[in-house]
Amino acid sequence: MDGLLQLSVSDLTCERDGRCLFENLAFTLCSGDVLQVSGPNGVGKTTLLRIVAGLSLDFHGQVDWCGSPVDEDKPGFHSHLLYMGHQPGVKATMSPEENLRWAMGLHYSITVQEIYQALEKVGLRGYEDVPCYRLSAGQNRRVALARLHLKNKQKLWILDEPFTAIDLQGTAELEQLMVDHAKDGGLVMMTTHHEMNLDYSGFRKLALEPSV
Amino acid sequence: MASPKWFYEFSGKCLPWVGGLALIGVLTGIIWGLLFTPPDYLQGNSYRIIFLHVPSASLALTVYVSLAISAGIGFIWKIKLADLAAKCLAPIGASFCALALVTGAIWGKPTWGTWWVWDARLTSMLILLFLYLGLIALREAITSQDTAARACAVLSMVGLVNIPIIKFSVDWWNTLHQGATIKVTKGASMAPEMLIPLLISIFAFYLFCLFVFLIRLRTEIVSREQRTSWVRGMLGVRS
Amino acid sequence: MSQSVSLLQGAKTIFTRDIRLAVRNRGDMVNPLIFFVLVASLFPLGVGPDPKLLTIMGGGVIWVSALLANLLAMDSLFRSDYEDGSLELLLLSPQPLWVMVMAKVVVHWLITGLPLTLLSPVLAVMFDVPGEAIPAVFLTLLMGTPLLSLIGAIGAGLTVGLRKGGILLSLLILPLYIPVLILGTGCIGAAISELPWVPFLMWQGALLMLGITFAPLAIAASLRVSISG
Repeated sequence: MDGLLQLSVSDLTCERDGRCLFENLAFTLCSGDVLQVSGPNGVGKTTLLRIVAGLSLDFHGQVDWCGSPVDEDKPGFHSHLLYMGHQPGVKATMSPEENLRWAMGLHYSITVQEIYQALEKVGLRGYEDVPCYRLSAGQNRRVALARLHLKNKQKLWILDEPFTAIDLQGTAELEQLMVDHAKDGGLVMMTTHHEMNLDYSGFRKLALEPSV
Repeated sequence: MASPKWFYEFSGKCLPWVGGLALIGVLTGIIWGLLFTPPDYLQGNSYRIIFLHVPSASLALTVYVSLAISAGIGFIWKIKLADLAAKCLAPIGASFCALALVTGAIWGKPTWGTWWVWDARLTSMLILLFLYLGLIALREAITSQDTAARACAVLSMVGLVNIPIIKFSVDWWNTLHQGATIKVTKGASMAPEMLIPLLISIFAFYLFCLFVFLIRLRTEIVSREQRTSWVRGMLGVRS
Repeated sequence: MSQSVSLLQGAKTIFTRDIRLAVRNRGDMVNPLIFFVLVASLFPLGVGPDPKLLTIMGGGVIWVSALLANLLAMDSLFRSDYEDGSLELLLLSPQPLWVMVMAKVVVHWLITGLPLTLLSPVLAVMFDVPGEAIPAVFLTLLMGTPLLSLIGAIGAGLTVGLRKGGILLSLLILPLYIPVLILGTGCIGAAISELPWVPFLMWQGALLMLGITFAPLAIAASLRVSISG
């Protein structure tokens, strides 16, 4: 029912306070692709992700979702988008279950079973009703990552440094999860400094060069 | 047409004319008003401050409205020049607003016997000054120029909606607490020998405001476009 | 596949979330209230306990204290959401931003404006406001405080990205609070002088309608600007 989804970015130029981050950037991402944006610190990886997600307004150029500009149907685009930024978006005084409930509740009606299953998959079983301030940084990150385990309309994942504070086993699981998602017709766009060893044909890299 | 380069060149040609006319106008208006108009039958010579006060007060309001409109244009259509114009207008408007307040206070001393009276006009002007200061403070507080421009645009548009509400509520508050206020300006009943220099003065102040605005805007354009080839070329030729 | 969410359900999600957060951080709820009473109590200490003077000042003092207490609470409206990244999630959800913003403002009013209003008759008695005027005190605050929350949220949205937003917020917002203050104190003043005071409430209601119509758009715009920077 979803058909082939496509994210295409063309002529993207971002200038921040007189400093040009990137110029005339263009790429296309289709169902089944995993794209790693790489480059040294300060090159504009996060900015690029935020522009594509629709958070940053400082850019010229076009971002198209399935052939039409994102600006024309923001709610439509956002219903397909799962974004995870530097901050996980986890409320410290709420439990993992409550956190998932509100974060996903804005997208679709979610059941308790689904939440419990997702939390179990990220290894938080038994922590469902513990306030998040009692959890470690890595566990808080996992609460946010549990969103990835919920199957729904959110086919485009934009993940900024998803491996931060995640242990080795969690990293391997997350890599596998991305591949599975892509194989299932999803799109992944992410940044990380961690060396990705994906044995997957749809894995690509976009290297941002520091501009002079 | 809205390209900064075109505007810079065009405004460069206008600048001496605007400046010259403003100078002639201000001198005419002020000298005529201070030396050659008859004294007021009620207030004597003290009313002569209107040749300074009325233009400043009128400009303070006009500048805010133009600021909000150009900020709005910059915000909606992403026109850089409009953002820059809004940025340049804020300190100018604040200065005229402060001038209107100071001249109003000086005028108040002989009229009401005190420097400050909570008169509706003065109070509205004071609130307008706070609105200006808020805008300037917000722009100073945000480091990214583009974000600052957008934030100020939102704030100035909110301010624009609020100005009439503030104005009416203050007028009405003033009638509620009937103080010892005398209505000082009775615009319609003003004698022509006073009205003409006043109109000249107002016109000249507008020109002066435009002159200062153009200078600020040109400076801002050069500073913002310093990396472009046309600014480099222009500076390279001169140095 | 999964069911998508209606406008109302989205607003309800945010509403219950914020109520829950408010209940867990009770301090955020109680502190502005204490501040409200404390500031109002400073005035008799400053100008003396003469009941006549206090009656004249009462309406103004209650309103100014309410203004300041509201302002104090305003800074926290979006700040924690901004800091832990959940504001980004709100912006990127398929729900229109103004709906979610409205839900947040309603909760904010329920935990600050409404308690202030409920407490106001007590302060009115402390300021020797005559009994007939106390309904006016209560009703004018009931009508005026939602407007304070709406206007304040615009400023909170604009300053949320700044490290020291608090003092700047008051600079931006207090001038915009002035019409609410004038109408509110006017209402109480009229009631004390036994003049008709209901028209003041109607004016406040008119302004509130205006606020409900335009403020959510301005708040949403201010949040987009702050997040983008």
